[in-house]
Amino acid sequence: MRGAGLLAAVLYPRADRVVPPSGHTARLTIFTAAAMAFLAVFALALSLATGRLAERWASELARTATVRVSAPQGQVETQLRAALEVLRTTPGVASARVLDEAEERALLEPWFGPDLPLDTLPIPKLIEVIEGEPGIDAEGLRLRLRAEAPGAVLDDHTRWRQPLVKAADRLRMLGLVAIVLIAGATAAMITLAANSALAANGQVIRVLRLVGARDSYIARAFVRQFTLRAFAGALAGTVLGVAAIAFLPDAETAGNFLTGLGFRGAEWLWPLAIAPLAAVVAFVATRVAAFRVLRSLT
Amino acid sequence: MIELKDVSYGYGGSDLLSGVSLSLQPGSFHFLTGPSGSGKTTFLRLCYLDLMATAGRVELFGQPARKMTRDDIAHARRRIGVVHQDCQFLDHLPVSQNVALPLEVAGRPENPADLEELLAWVGLAERADALPPELSGGERQRAALARAVIMSPDVVLADEPTGNVDWEMSLRLLSLLVELNRMGKAILIATHDLNLIRAAKKQVSARVLRIRDRQLQLAGADL
Repeated sequence: MRGAGLLAAVLYPRADRVVPPSGHTARLTIFTAAAMAFLAVFALALSLATGRLAERWASELARTATVRVSAPQGQVETQLRAALEVLRTTPGVASARVLDEAEERALLEPWFGPDLPLDTLPIPKLIEVIEGEPGIDAEGLRLRLRAEAPGAVLDDHTRWRQPLVKAADRLRMLGLVAIVLIAGATAAMITLAANSALAANGQVIRVLRLVGARDSYIARAFVRQFTLRAFAGALAGTVLGVAAIAFLPDAETAGNFLTGLGFRGAEWLWPLAIAPLAAVVAFVATRVAAFRVLRSLT
Repeated sequence: MIELKDVSYGYGGSDLLSGVSLSLQPGSFHFLTGPSGSGKTTFLRLCYLDLMATAGRVELFGQPARKMTRDDIAHARRRIGVVHQDCQFLDHLPVSQNVALPLEVAGRPENPADLEELLAWVGLAERADALPPELSGGERQRAALARAVIMSPDVVLADEPTGNVDWEMSLRLLSLLVELNRMGKAILIATHDLNLIRAAKKQVSARVLRIRDRQLQLAGADL
């Protein structure tokens, strides 16, 4: 029913003719819708990017673990072999391999620079463990390692993975809350603009009622104006927002911050929903405001 | 068509009209007189439910006013043509579109030839594209009359329709209303112009009512 009303309000071209064009209100509404759509694009991009991040961390890190082997010089190889044997016979371990010197150097390079003398430092050896199905029993594995390779310590990443995934999830939620707030603020501002337009057009309303106009006809005139303005403004704001996102520095060159604030693949279609959503918000806000004002008039 | 029985209207604790009754039937012609502030405009507004009576019973086309929804009232107003003293229009639309406004809000198709004929009938054919603020007082009155009758209403209520025009124009507007009455429309004109009433009585059988002391009375033979 509401959808039909929206369609009628937008498609009925003569309805808003009875309301005089108001340049000031029109410009404000269009600007507000454009600004809100611009912000909504960023909130959407943030939400999608953090969603990807949370998903990646949750899926990638959940399937990996690390065994760190620290032992006195001369016992490292023995402990390493023992740990690998434990891992080989542990259910749920898909594969386990020792990181070579180049990989360890690459891991430490950001902190110690490229010329780190690994052979002279007591750097523990690292075993990368890839989990299979149904996953490993971390506590059981720790007990076995303690018994058979005392220098080996299992790190299943849970300690630091969970807060990161939680933080990413919260960021995603913040993005969604921001979108809801933007929609609410848009509705509030359009309601104020509609109230102002209705108050300024008292004579128009009186004349229309005198000639037998129903409240729905009068409301439709205002609703159509505000719906089209909100749609046009939101469309412009969306285009600007998407362009700004498209021209953001590449995620790789910017140091791979998060997973890159932007859209990937089909995600570029999401901003297309912003302008119609703004139109729906404007339609509902103006309709509610118009009927409330018209009911209050005798 | 429009029936008022023992109707009162007041605000602030005092009545402006008290216990007035009137029945407007098809083909009837009424004048409503009385001094300024006596309640003539209020009486007309009660007739098309722009005001709701504080007591008594108002019926429009057989429907009790108190049971009418807002949409019912809007539909009833399409059967009542109203000419206001101050003739309000949509100032951003030309005269032709203002006159055709009742058709548009009712969703009825507009016939350009009929509209042109109506504008010619009220002498505004040349002013069809003018905006209302560009019209003289007489032209506004005639435009308001054209708008009031474009839906071929059953009743025409006119509040001081000759208030802003010279005598010649007054007679011309009166002749338009008389012509409508001969077409079977009920006419109620609120005016304090006794000369207009005398001129009308030479052309139609009109009843003259007077508001005095908040009551509606039949005027005497002095008119």
